Amino acid sequence: MSNVALEVRDLVKSFTVDGLTINAVDNVSFKIRSGEFVALVGPSGSGKTTLLSIMAALLTPTSGQVLIDGVDLASMNERLRVKLRREKIGFTFQSNNLIPFLTAQENVEFMLRLNGRVDHASRLRSGELLARLGLQDRLHNLPGQMSGGQQQRVAIARALIHQPAVVLADEPTASLDTERALQVVETFAHLIHENNRAGIIVTHDLRMCQFVDRVLQMQDGKLVRQYKTRDEIRDLVRGSVH
Amino acid sequence: MKGWQIIPMKNIYLSSYLAIKEVIRNRVRFLMVALVIALITLLVLFIAALGEGLSNANRQYVANLDAQLIVFLEKSDFSITASRLETNTVKAVRRVEGVADAGPIHTSNSEIVSLPEPLKISVLGVEAERPGMPLLIEGRQFRGGEAREAVMDRSVALRTGLAVGDEIEIRSTQGTEDRFYDLKIVGLVEEQAYFFQPTIFVPPATWELIRPQSASDLESDTPYPNIIAVKLTDPASTEEMRLRLTNQISNIEVANIQTTINNIPGYTAQQGTVQTQGAFTLLIGVLVIGGFFQIQILQKIPQIGVLKAIGSSNLVVGLSAVIQIIVVTAIGVGIGAMLNYLFSLGLPPTIPLEFNGMRSVIAILLLLLIGPLGGLVSIIYAIRIEPLKALRLG
Repeated sequence: MSNVALEVRDLVKSFTVDGLTINAVDNVSFKIRSGEFVALVGPSGSGKTTLLSIMAALLTPTSGQVLIDGVDLASMNERLRVKLRREKIGFTFQSNNLIPFLTAQENVEFMLRLNGRVDHASRLRSGELLARLGLQDRLHNLPGQMSGGQQQRVAIARALIHQPAVVLADEPTASLDTERALQVVETFAHLIHENNRAGIIVTHDLRMCQFVDRVLQMQDGKLVRQYKTRDEIRDLVRGSVH
Repeated sequence: MKGWQIIPMKNIYLSSYLAIKEVIRNRVRFLMVALVIALITLLVLFIAALGEGLSNANRQYVANLDAQLIVFLEKSDFSITASRLETNTVKAVRRVEGVADAGPIHTSNSEIVSLPEPLKISVLGVEAERPGMPLLIEGRQFRGGEAREAVMDRSVALRTGLAVGDEIEIRSTQGTEDRFYDLKIVGLVEEQAYFFQPTIFVPPATWELIRPQSASDLESDTPYPNIIAVKLTDPASTEEMRLRLTNQISNIEVANIQTTINNIPGYTAQQGTVQTQGAFTLLIGVLVIGGFFQIQILQKIPQIGVLKAIGSSNLVVGLSAVIQIIVVTAIGVGIGAMLNYLFSLGLPPTIPLEFNGMRSVIAILLLLLIGPLGGLVSIIYAIRIEPLKALRLG
């Protein structure tokens, strides 16, 4: 049995707006194991991105715990949280993902530079990873010279190159057409499984769930349902299509 | 050893990597910013050179005197033109203990008319081999008495083509008539401009003969010195000697060289004006450069958010902004200084611009500082950008 890479315990995040307290994340708990690819779905405003931000050590919860590789984020100061994001987490974002003045390969290698691990072997690895993502001809292209789908694939390579414990993807297919979006998520899922990482993808498009191992459905800040079996997930995806 | 490092090398390396890559990949945009900095540099250096040139043209002779103190007539407020001393004051000053030597200095203006273009000059009456007479770089000293000989500042030679051995004709208005005197150039000195004019040096008696005079002055042939240059046995004892001279000799006041320079008519006001212009140009530079980098940081908010989200520290982001500003400013100042040099090659000697003075060096150092200073707000802003901006929550 794989180890637990990410654990969320009784997590609450409250915001006070005009004197009214709103629970953007309301008592959420779950675990994700290494090699498991999980989708976090729900309508807009259901708390998906807030939950992702807390798991990414970008936002502190009102109460509850997030553990990455068994380490509680609450026990860390800001410096350690930055270190954790650098070493243990891989990110892809909805847009503005890449550093615009670095080439595809330099963007991927930047994660290694941040971790002080860039050398000849790691350069070869970043080239190979990009080639596996079908970007062998785009290694020296700047983000502005690539399509949205190609940019997302570079971001996936950047998220995985430093072998993080957890890979977090925030609506990575929002700006892509369906065909490209499905290709990107399929590749993402494949690499998560192959590299034995824990992956979480936030999406409002249920069609993307066909490549994940589990679906966590959120509504009004609460985790309302989990789809664990292939049949349950298939039914969820079919329901969204029909 | 690690504890000694204020900023870890890894962070400096990462910041430099980001800063330089961005400049290289966006070279046209950054070149435009650097060119604006170059134009500001050109303007600042021009004002600094003008300040240096004007300052030198006004004070060079006094500043280069081989003396530590200057004796003025009492209540002349250290003004050279207002001071006129008795002839025996020079001997009295030489007798004071601690005075190594003293030389009278007589000042007036005249015009060389034997040139295709008449040239206004300062005519200084001094005694050879005494304080007040500069070191010769060519030729010999003039003889004493009423010898029709003069030592000339090299700037006159450069401007007019005159050389040692040549004769010049001086026009002088005496009473109601214009009188003309021939003088033979016997030697050259350098860097002796006074009161914005090139200078010739003549013996006191010759000076009294050729200087412009009113009708009443014509009745006397005694050359009264305006000031006396005093060389001290101990150059460090200026304050003590100033008091001693004032106490022992009546009807005089004594100043050091700097006070004398500051009281040259118009000097302080002129320098104040030039320095204010320079300061305002620098201030405008700070605001312009600050504006440029602030706009750039505003455009990069999502990018900085991503950088921080993936694990770049505030130090790396801030340092990267600082390095980038320093690099662009240095390129701009370099281009500006080069343009200045090219500019200076084509300027006529009548324009008092000096690009090699201490002011130009200070101006370049200040220009290198205004980049980071102007970009300070944008650097602070960059550090404060939340990584949540990458996740649309910030």
